[in-house]
Order: sequence, then structure tokens, then C-alpha cells
Amino acid sequence: MSEGAMGDQAMGDQAMGEEAFTTAAAPGGRAASAPLLGHEAEPTLFELSRPGRASWQLRTTGVPEWPAEELVPAEHRRTEPVALAEVSERDLVAHFTRLSHRQYSVDLGAYPLGSCTMKYNPKVCDTVAALPGLALTHPATPASLAQGWLALLVELEEALCEITGMAAATLQPAAGAAGELTGLLLMRAYHAARGEDRRRVIIPDSAHGTNPASVTLGGYEVTTVPSDERGCVDMAALREVLGPDVAGIMLTNPNTLGLFEEDIQAIAAAVHEVGGLLYYDGANLNAILGVVRPGDMGFDIVHMNLHKTFATPHGGGGPGAGPVAVAEHLVELLPGPRPVRLPDGGGRQSSRQGDEPRPLVDGDRRGPGEGHYSGDHRSLDEVDMRVDAGVGPSQALPAGTVPHPAGTRPAYGWVVPARSIGRVHSWHGNALVLARALTYIEVHGADGLRRVAERAVLNANWLRVRLRPTFDVPFDRPCMHEVVLAAATLRRRDGVRALDVAKRLLEEGFHAPTVYFPLIVDEALMIEPTETESPQTLEALAQAFERIVADASAPGGAERAAAAPRTTPVRRVDEARAARTLVPTFDARP
Amino acid sequence: MADYLPHTDEEVASMLAFLGLSSTDELFATVPEALRLAGGLDLPSGRPEPDVLAHLEDLAAANEGRADRLVCFAGAGAYDHEVPPAVRALAGRSEFVTAYTPYQPEVAQGVLQAVFEFQTMVARLAGLPVANASLYDGASALVEAVNLGAAASGNPTVWVSAGVHPHWRAVLRTFAAGTGHRLVEVPLADGRTAWPDAVGAGGRAPGVLVAGYPNYLGCLEDLAAVRRLADAHGALVVVAADPVAAGLLRSAGDWGADVVVGEGQAFGTALSFGGPYLGLFACTLEQVRRLPGRLVGETVDLEGRRAYVTTLRAREQDIRREKATSNVCTNQTLMAVAAAIQLGWLGTSGLAEVALRCARGTHYLRESLQGSAGVRPLTGSTAVVRELAVRTEVPARTVVERMAGEGFLAGVALSDLVGDGGDGSVPAADAEHGLLVAVTERRTRDEIDRYVAALEKAARR
Repeated sequence: MSEGAMGDQAMGDQAMGEEAFTTAAAPGGRAASAPLLGHEAEPTLFELSRPGRASWQLRTTGVPEWPAEELVPAEHRRTEPVALAEVSERDLVAHFTRLSHRQYSVDLGAYPLGSCTMKYNPKVCDTVAALPGLALTHPATPASLAQGWLALLVELEEALCEITGMAAATLQPAAGAAGELTGLLLMRAYHAARGEDRRRVIIPDSAHGTNPASVTLGGYEVTTVPSDERGCVDMAALREVLGPDVAGIMLTNPNTLGLFEEDIQAIAAAVHEVGGLLYYDGANLNAILGVVRPGDMGFDIVHMNLHKTFATPHGGGGPGAGPVAVAEHLVELLPGPRPVRLPDGGGRQSSRQGDEPRPLVDGDRRGPGEGHYSGDHRSLDEVDMRVDAGVGPSQALPAGTVPHPAGTRPAYGWVVPARSIGRVHSWHGNALVLARALTYIEVHGADGLRRVAERAVLNANWLRVRLRPTFDVPFDRPCMHEVVLAAATLRRRDGVRALDVAKRLLEEGFHAPTVYFPLIVDEALMIEPTETESPQTLEALAQAFERIVADASAPGGAERAAAAPRTTPVRRVDEARAARTLVPTFDARP
Repeated sequence: MADYLPHTDEEVASMLAFLGLSSTDELFATVPEALRLAGGLDLPSGRPEPDVLAHLEDLAAANEGRADRLVCFAGAGAYDHEVPPAVRALAGRSEFVTAYTPYQPEVAQGVLQAVFEFQTMVARLAGLPVANASLYDGASALVEAVNLGAAASGNPTVWVSAGVHPHWRAVLRTFAAGTGHRLVEVPLADGRTAWPDAVGAGGRAPGVLVAGYPNYLGCLEDLAAVRRLADAHGALVVVAADPVAAGLLRSAGDWGADVVVGEGQAFGTALSFGGPYLGLFACTLEQVRRLPGRLVGETVDLEGRRAYVTTLRAREQDIRREKATSNVCTNQTLMAVAAAIQLGWLGTSGLAEVALRCARGTHYLRESLQGSAGVRPLTGSTAVVRELAVRTEVPARTVVERMAGEGFLAGVALSDLVGDGGDGSVPAADAEHGLLVAVTERRTRDEIDRYVAALEKAARR
């Protein structure tokens, strides 16, 4: 297929799509039917509060009821209780249920929010996350008593490594940005171990904002490389900024325009040639599952957003999980402790778990001295790889259980890699999120994951072509899992901006796309339908966009657009006022 | 068999035809041929949900140490608190669970208002005027607090009490490799931080001071001394406070902390093998423009109705990019919502009661252990509010192993937290023999009595 062919010959045949999906009879994916009983504000819990009311009920313990005065010295004792709300359980439940009704969600309707991969979150994963054996395990449980968890983590790590084409991974980072920073610290440790002091990390101008922020926190300077007219990294510009002081490059591929960086091999070669490393931002991994792997493209470090690609629910802004996978030459630097499959199905008889490598410099025991933990790492040979199996003689698992059917020696333990950069999480990462991701991967399998990518890319391209007459398509060539459209013409012609389109779409019963990102596109509308939306939903979404654009050019269109949304629980909110007169708590209300 | 993909074969064919394509492979024409994965991923084929669920149930069943099988006396930042049915039901509502970050406030008032209420409650707990919408966990909240403190004081030297959770200190060290902050660990003496009177020879004055309250060994630090020391050096005070103990203790903000951080797992989140948890972060108004992560503020909509929106956005990474105060984007909002619900359920009297019950149980445990041959307190006779460290005759790891056979998760061996060599908080011998024991409001007198009887045996040679 030649570039640009996608959709060209079918352009005049739009009805075909509509007929095939019989959308007139079955409009899909809209939440406009959601019943909303009114448009009043919900009082805060503090306003519902009445002194003396309560919800709590606690276990009968029989522990002696000493007064606080006998337990806590006066200077440490609180004189007044922390004032919280005082509500009945009935009022509590009603309050938060009403709040839930004021919230859009994937379960309610389509969520074409570009770069966020808001796909359906399978309910089986909720069941898994609630299993008592997973949810009720304390993170400091000796390895021998948490073999199921260790097995789960190892299985997930192995699957993620296969999916990304990498050698090993840390599951500790709690979100994508945490993964980025972990990756940059790995990059830093790698160069430091080779005695090199590199200062710059290259980022395309289309990158997510977390990339440059992470680079700064990683102790590097950002060098921005522009995109070319095709929306990809400008190779000539890249070669110009490459040099021996470049630590690496952070790339999202497909990039934030939804385009595959076709020159990736050349980019990889050029960066590696100057001794830099390639960092893969996994925000868009969904597009390439089972099709192409970051490791095969030449990336050295890869983070994944399990809350995007692997369907763990986003929770209104987290929890996510941002595992980082690395190539062979970086494995010994990974954060620890790591869960591992023990080579002989057993290990040393100890129950160490959180055993950290000793810090480079401790504070002087007699008083603070200098403890500088920056860039240059500890003398890197001082910490051996530690294998901690944690065998409890009296609690050997029953024979026949999954993790180590062979006998009493556990099959899994923790290790701290030889030159580990250290811990990046209080414990082992967002474990229950990891369990959900493994469930998702196992249900899909190799075949299903590939199908996920195919359908995600199919849906995005279908919308690209379907909406070509409606919006600008700044980079009109085959896209991957998302498409960046633009309302630049609409704004010029009718005075309706991308933000207005987003707000109008809310009135249509859909969540809005991402707007004004990537920054290099004027009036950007970044649409990621995901693979779990049906063709009927896509058609309904396209028709909603068409109605919005048609209405924009009708008399009074700009005014109507600026007044949108009108059907939502609240109308357009005054963000300037929120920033100008900061009210971050109920107590700060004027 | 179905998967979660809705397209029928006919629809796929129709869509491909609409694009002028004849196969799904052609969708990936822009991926260089040489890079494409031949033969697909080396993973098993997909399996039906019930099969996968059975596998996960097997794995779950293999966690012998879980808190519904062993009576949990382990803490160290992760606690077995009551999570009532009402909180589980509400926090599990899919409107909260399956929403994205509230970028469109008109359709995200549910999450935004819940987070606003969360911020209010965290600020009140901390005794400070502002709290953010959450960070990943206690450790990440501490890292962000130190970043804020160093930026505000303009001095990257950070004196960290060895009483701060060892894992949190480890995380701080990891990220200091990037920020270049100079971390200086200040050791404990008999369980409390031995802050120096003066900067030692060759030492540098601190820009940030960090203390735990109570510290990880359960001891109450002298925060007034920390504040005085900070004032002498123009430094900021960061306190890693236990938010449950805050129900009983004078708030860290009241002691003069500039930033209060904590682990919020205790409020509505199960033990979960360590995550997802909830990083709490509160600070003074003076520092609000350096606040990391998201902040929800109250405002009005077009019609003047009360509404909520993420605010002071100019701090954040998607706008400020390399000059942002933090790189945090996704945080732990669902855990924050759960905490708001849990704190709503507890209310004023319930939080005080939980804190008091933890203190009573911990006190009862310590009293009960008095005179035990194999167990003695590790840190003298300071007050205990939810956790205490003891020294056992045999290594603590052995104690934990033995106690599991008696039906208890006995606690956390200090060597699992600080390493065999000890650290500034405990010397090597105490690391090996130190056991950190937590008592929550869920522990009954009978459980504690049985625990003490079993521990007396397990702790001896």
C-alpha cells in the first residue's frame, strides 16, 4: 500500500460505512441517555455534617480502655479532635453515590481522549484485584509466605519483556512519569558506570510534558528536536544536536501525532553512534502490540503504562503502573529488590526481603557530615547480587500449589541487582494494578494482543478518513492508534475553537478528545477511539462531530459553541477564578 | 469465544474497504518491514476469563501469609485497618474507577469534589492549609517534599532523620542521584533523632530537615527542636507523619512543619502487597506554587453554581514542561477518593477512636511483654501510639518464620528494612534481632494475648 492510499479511493463512499453499521437504528457509545435529576451543586460532606452523627463501627476488642492522657505525653497530645465530617452511613453513601453520578467514565460511554487509551476495563480484573489472597497480603510478608505474589510478578515481568522485546523489567514505578524518571536514572547510572558525564537528553517537540519534566529531575538538560513536515523526528535536525554529551533520546513511537517514526532504525543508529541510549515512552504501546517491539527498534529502556495499554482502570487520575523494561546491558542497574524465579527452585535459607544495598555515604554517626548521593554511583562492586528466598520451615507451601510443586523450597525470591540504582517505590509497585494487567494479558494472549493493536489502528484510521471532510487533518497519512485532527479552519471560519468543540461533544454525550496537544498542532483535537469501541460508536461519534461543525457555521454558532456545555452537571467552569482566588479546601472558602 | 473487541468480521472487512485496504496487515504499512515481528509474540494464546481467573485464584491461594490467614501484627507503613463495606462499595463504583484524570471539569465534578473533600481532610489532619490530590505513596510524597524544600530554601543539603522509614530514605537516595541533593542521614539515639547542635567540620548547613512523627520505630520525635534547628539555618521542615496517629497527636503543622507527608493506605485501602497506596502531601500557603502534582480548587460555573477544577495548573508538567515543579501526572486519585470516603465514615469521633484504639492496643502489647524472657523493648520507655520495636533473643527473621506457624504475621524484621548491617536507626545487632510490631484497632485482646504467649516461645533460643 502506498502512503496516503488509505481511504483515498473510498472517500466518496461514505454511505457504505453507515449502512454497514446501521447506525441510524443503533447509535452507540453515547452517554446522553444518562439520567440526571437536576443541576444543583452537591453540598460538601462538611455541609452535610451534624455534630454527634457517626457512621463508624469497629470490632469489639476487649483491650483495656485507657484514656489518651495515660498513653500520650501532654506535649504530644492533641487537645481537640481532628474535625472531620459527622454524617450517617446513609448520608455518606448517598453523597458519594450522587458524586459518582456527576462523573463521566469509560463504563458510561466512549472516551476518545487522545494519548490516554481509555479502553474498556474488563470486570474480571476487578474480581482478581479483590481476591483476598492478593488484596490482604502485607508487603513485608516473607517471600516463602507470598509465593503466589512473587510468581505473579515474575509472570508479568516475563510477559512485558516479551511484548517489548527487552531483557528484564522493574515493576516498581507507580505511573508513567515515575517510569520515565526511573529510566532516566538508569540512563544516568549506565553512563556513570562507564565514567562518562553526559548532560543532555533529546526530546521531540511533540513529546508529552512528563518527558521534559522527568529529564530535569533526572539531572539532565532538555534539547528539543523539531518534527519535520511529515510529523516525524527531523533526521537532519537530530544529527545536528547529537554529540558526545548526549545521554540519550526519549521517543514515543508511534509519536503523539499517532504516526509511526519510520526512521526509527536510523535514529537508533545515530544515537547509539554517539554513545547515547534510546528511551521508549510507552504511552502509545497499544498501537503496536504484537506487531513490532521497542527492543527490536533499538530501544534500550522502555516504560509501559499498564493503565493505558493493559486496561487497568484509571481511577479518575490513578492508580497507574509504569514498569520499566531494559536491554541486557542495563539489567544489573534495575531497581531492587526484584522478584525472581530461583534458578534451582530454591535459595538460601533466609527471609530477607527489603534488603537494600548500603548507601554510598552514611551521615556521620556522631553528627551530620557530607553525604552526597548524586550522579556518580557508589563503588559499584560493593554490593553482590543477593538472593533472598525466605524459607519458613514450618510454613512450607502445601505440595501441589502452583508456585513450587516440587517441594518445600520456594520457587521465587527477591534479588537486589548488583549495581541497582535503588528503590523507586515504598514497596513493590502498584501490585494490584500489576495483577489486573497480568489478567488482561492472559485473557488476550499473543493472538488477542495483536488483535487489540489491529482494531485500535483500524478504528483510528476509520475516524481519520471519516472525519476528513469535517476537520483539518494536519498530517493526513495512515496513523496508528490515534489521529490528530485540528479545528484551525473552523476557528478561522466560524470562530469556534478546539476547546468549544470539546465542550460541544460533552453535550452530545461523549467525553471530549484531548485538545491543544500535541503543542505543535494549532487547535489540535487528538482522538484515540481505542479498540473496544464498536463501529456504531465510531459512526455516532463522527455524526456528533458533524453536527457540531454544521452548527458552528449556522447563525449564532460561535455563541452557542462558547456557551457549551449546557446539559452537563455544571457548565463551563471559571478556571481563572479558581487560580486567582485559590480555594483548595473547604476551610479556605470565602 | 468473545473477547472485549466488538467488531464482527464483516465490520472489519467493511472498515478496511472504507480505507481502501484488503487486510489488517496493511494497517501497519508505515512500520518498516524489517522490524515487524515475524511469527507473533512468544506468549500463550488467549484463554477464557474463567480459566485465567482460576490461575489467578491459585496464585492468590499460594500467599500463605495473607492477613485473613495469619493475624497481622506487621506494619512498617502498611497496616491492617478496618475497611468497611460502605467504603468498599462506594470506592468500587465504576464511575470513580473507570474515569480518567478530570481534564473536562464539566463531566468530572464527582471526582473533583471528592478530591476537594480529600484535600480538606488531609489538610486538617496535617494542620496545614493546603493538601494536593495525592502522590504515589509515602516515599514519593517525601521525595517531592524534599524537592520543594530544597527549591524553597535554595539549599540542596537535606538532613534526614534515620527515623524516617528506611524504604522512604532509600527512595530519597535513588532520586537524589538526579536532583543532586546532598542527603545527610542523622542517626537515632535510643529511638529518637540525635540532631546535632551545630554543623560539623566540613559539613554543610541544611536547607531541609526531615523527621518522622512518630518515627518508623514508633517513637515520638521532638519536633519543636527540629523547627528551632531549621530556623537557625533558614531550612524548611518536612515531617513524615502517620496520618492515623495524627488522630491522637498534635498535628505536625502545629509543630511548625512546612510540609507534611504521609502514607494514606490506612484510610480505605487494603494491604494489597504494597500498592496501590496513597501519598499524602500538605504544605503551607507560602509554598503552594511549588506544590507537586494536582490541586483541586473551588470555583463557579457560567451560571454561578459552585464547581471544582484542577487549578494552579501552570506548575504542572504538561504546561511548564522542563520547568515544572514535578513530573507527576497520573497519581493515586482512586485511593484519595477511597480515603475521603473512609474519613467521612470515620468522622471526627471515629478517627479519634481508631487512633486511641491503636495506642491502647500497642500499649497493652508492650505491657503484656514486660518480663518476657526473650523479648525486650528496643527503644526504652517512650510513649507508643501504634507500633513498637522489640529485641528478640533469636534473629527476628527466625521469629517471624516461627510465628507464622503459630498463625501470626508477627511483624517486620528490622533487617528486612535496613539490611543486615543496620543503619543510622539501629546498629547491626539490633537490626538482626529487631522486630517492628504494629497493633491496629482490629486486634483484639485475645489476639494480643495469644500473640504474646507465642512470641515468648518463638523469641527464645
